[in-house]
Amino acid sequence: MDDLLADFLTETHEGLSAVDEALLRLERAPDDAPTLAEVFRQVHTIKGTCGFLALSRLEKVAHAGETILGLYRDGSLKVTPEGITLIFTAVDAIRKIVVGLEQTGQEPEGDDSAVIAALDAAARGESIALPKAPEVKAAAPVEAAPIAAAAPRTQEAPAEAVQTESAAAQQTIRVSVEVLEDLMTLVSELVLTRNQLMQLARVSSDSQISVPLQRLSHITSELQEGVMKTRMQPIGNAWAKLPRLVRDLANELGKKIELEMRGADTELDRQVLELIKDPLTHMVRNSGDHGLEGPADRRAAGKPETGRILLNAYHQGGHIIIEIGDDGRGLPVEKIRAKVLAQGLATEAELAQMNEHDVLRFIFRPGFSTAQQITSVSGRGVGMDVVKTNIERIGGTIELRSKEGRGTTFTIKIPLTLAIVSALIVQAGGERFAIPQIGVVELVRVGDEHEGNTRIEMIKDAPVLRLRDRLLPLVSLSSLLRLREAPVGGLKGYVVVMQVGANVFGIVVDRVFDTEEIVVKPVAPILRHITMFSGNTILGDGSVIMILDPNGVARGAGITAEGRAEDQQTVTATGGIRSDSSTSLLLFRAGDQTPKAVPLGLVARLEDIPVERIEMSGGTPVVQYRGQLMPMVPIAGHWAAPESGRQAVLVFTEGQRSMGLMVDEILDVVEEPLIIQPGSDRLGYLGSAVISERVTDVIDTVYWLSHAGGDWFRGDRKSSASHQKPRLLLIDDSPFFRHLVVPALSAAGFDVTAVESPAEALRLRDAGVEFEALISDIEMPEMDGLSFARNVRASGAWMRLPLVALSSRAEPEDVARGREAGFTDYVAKYDRDALLSSLRECLSSPIAA
Amino acid sequence: MQSISETQRSSSAIAALALAEREDEVFLTLTVAGQTCSIPVLLVRDVLGPQAITPIPLAPAEVAGGLNLRGRIVTAIDLRRRLGLPPADNADKAMSVVVEQAGELYSLIVDQVGEVLSLPTAGICPNPPTLDPLWRDVSLSVYREEDRLIVMLDVERLLNIG
Repeated sequence: MDDLLADFLTETHEGLSAVDEALLRLERAPDDAPTLAEVFRQVHTIKGTCGFLALSRLEKVAHAGETILGLYRDGSLKVTPEGITLIFTAVDAIRKIVVGLEQTGQEPEGDDSAVIAALDAAARGESIALPKAPEVKAAAPVEAAPIAAAAPRTQEAPAEAVQTESAAAQQTIRVSVEVLEDLMTLVSELVLTRNQLMQLARVSSDSQISVPLQRLSHITSELQEGVMKTRMQPIGNAWAKLPRLVRDLANELGKKIELEMRGADTELDRQVLELIKDPLTHMVRNSGDHGLEGPADRRAAGKPETGRILLNAYHQGGHIIIEIGDDGRGLPVEKIRAKVLAQGLATEAELAQMNEHDVLRFIFRPGFSTAQQITSVSGRGVGMDVVKTNIERIGGTIELRSKEGRGTTFTIKIPLTLAIVSALIVQAGGERFAIPQIGVVELVRVGDEHEGNTRIEMIKDAPVLRLRDRLLPLVSLSSLLRLREAPVGGLKGYVVVMQVGANVFGIVVDRVFDTEEIVVKPVAPILRHITMFSGNTILGDGSVIMILDPNGVARGAGITAEGRAEDQQTVTATGGIRSDSSTSLLLFRAGDQTPKAVPLGLVARLEDIPVERIEMSGGTPVVQYRGQLMPMVPIAGHWAAPESGRQAVLVFTEGQRSMGLMVDEILDVVEEPLIIQPGSDRLGYLGSAVISERVTDVIDTVYWLSHAGGDWFRGDRKSSASHQKPRLLLIDDSPFFRHLVVPALSAAGFDVTAVESPAEALRLRDAGVEFEALISDIEMPEMDGLSFARNVRASGAWMRLPLVALSSRAEPEDVARGREAGFTDYVAKYDRDALLSSLRECLSSPIAA
Repeated sequence: MQSISETQRSSSAIAALALAEREDEVFLTLTVAGQTCSIPVLLVRDVLGPQAITPIPLAPAEVAGGLNLRGRIVTAIDLRRRLGLPPADNADKAMSVVVEQAGELYSLIVDQVGEVLSLPTAGICPNPPTLDPLWRDVSLSVYREEDRLIVMLDVERLLNIG
């Protein structure tokens, strides 16, 4: 049977008993106003709930009863014994229906018109007509029933009612939550005492005590489980009303909304459930109202017309996580920023320093609402702050993730206060801590190399552990908690391998004791800000110990970033550590002794040209090269033709044109990360970098290319003058690569705009700037190329544009991930020819959406 | 002199008796670094001798740690630190005064616990303006006694840490 219905039946049985009792009292004292009020209230409640559960037959009877009771209560009708009898009749009719409901789960067939007619008649002030055989209720005066004939069906009612003293009433008892609370406290104390006893028994080896102690332990565990169960309810109970709410909301707002609920059977403490019910309802309403767009907007954004709201609940490390997500328009970051400024909640400077996530958190401030218009549903500025306060009141936290155009997801984390969990007791920095067993994957002993144990290795300051085929990032608990510092590398100890969501990491501890059942007690409010701990407890030996929160530890160690990737698959795929992206660089010498460098990708060929072939044309050295005249640019500034010998030349080619950069000597080709220190004002140089441990000047190809003659950049323009140049947008956070790619592409006949971040690119999109194709880097701070691609593909004007990834990582799995995220093509950084051919291909054939 | 002082004492004792019915006027005195302070006796749940206290990493400096009071976890506040005083020489003899605030138990670690007495309104003076701002924040007022001054602490403010 439906839980809701079962609750209703239990309540109604109680209500009816109370009504019976009150009516009897009323018979003795017809003017007792409080009693009348009570009867009215009970019947009213039954009627109200019937309406909610769509029990129409029951509702009609209850409604008729309520009407007359209302009149009695207001004093507009005088209470008579006949009237009371009539109400008894109605109560019996209700009871009969309730019994039917209980047996079949549905309202039984039947006709209550006689009862209702009698009630209505009485309410109109007509004389009471009892629709019932007088012999059942001896008190009913026969002479008072002149007209109405008793309905045959209702005659059976009293008999049945007596016989079926409600199965539901016997199966459940209502116990006040306080009683359960007290029981739970007692059980917690019992568990602790048991633990202490066990500790004692372990030390003394009195075998006599061990057997009964085992039994005690066993019973305690079962008792604990039983008591816990009495307080647990599936979260689905709190969700029961949501489908209806969403349906009404969809109708009211003219939207199509699909509500998906996962993990409805996740159980949580009843009291917690009650407290989160309203915040949850509010948030679902918010999602439907502000989050999701109307069908037209969604179509325009290329999304399915039906918006989705996803509720998901699950247990994680002693917490319950509830996610409320939608695939709507996301939170408007810019609007929130503007509103924050307008309300004076932060200064512009402060805002500039905040990342997107911090800005979004302003929605939890009191009185903050971004809804443009107040609907009847939400947007009154009382909202998320109340939700947050309510959740924090029960020791929970709320987080949000939002992507404009993609949707918003709120994650509520509620600690299982009072829960009893199994925990591993460890020691670090001289202190003991409890780690909830649920997150522990395995224990690895480290140090003592000669014993064949694994050793902690360091990559710069980051300790790692080779664990089978993976490199496990490690966190030293004592340094994380700023306890007594110990050198991690040479440390002997244990690594507790933890899994938090998709992240696996190791916590380095000095010692591992045993596991113990602990009662999680919330920490004092003044300590709630320490996210490393989920609570504290008392151990078997009576000492207080802090319980680590694996999530907090992971966050504290920087293992889970705030803006972690949306789908977990990508998270697992990126496990492990990679070196910084490196670039192939050509090193050469020209003019002075300082080595110079240029990315190899830019260089078409290296030539060694006999000096005799270099001719002068209009004061510029040129060489006949592949049937064309190639301008030669001396990088040293001046060039005097040597008598004989050969000249090293770096050939740059664009389209049909070539240009030669004359250098003294080609030194090497190296593969290294390129970190340019800007600051050099020298024309023709971007700056210097340390390459192969030597300070190296990095040349600015743009400058040298432009030196090759004014028509270099305009080269292809004539040939492509007939049509508009294709417009490209390049997104790359490295100024160097922007410098590199822009001239190359411009030279190839594209109109290139370069921006340094996806956010900037998206601003262009939202500002309505049009492009024919997008080229994006993958590795970027804040928003990476993959998220950018997903964002672009999700909605907006650029949804169908060709999107080329330009990345230093071009392993097959990277390419696959890129394509999955929505990239049309994936080009290694920086393979100019591949990029050009990819662009040509993309632009010649429109992308199928 | 002595006799006058005695009479004053006894008269104040009589006043104390008279006021004892109004329990909110009754205070527990305690000492930190030689200074006598008082807290309302109604807030006090327990007075404990030296306790094993588990330090809590990353907690505010004033938090000495957690201790076990008959199965309940009590957060210990080092009153010396809270009042900006140097650590005690004989910290192992420190006493714990357990108070309840918003349903939570806290223990104030003090040097010594004095007596329970009533502090009639007549002897209560406002904080001197020259009082250390840290103290002014947690002191409600100062009570004048013949031979000493008692700083009347505001427990709620004391526990307002971080």
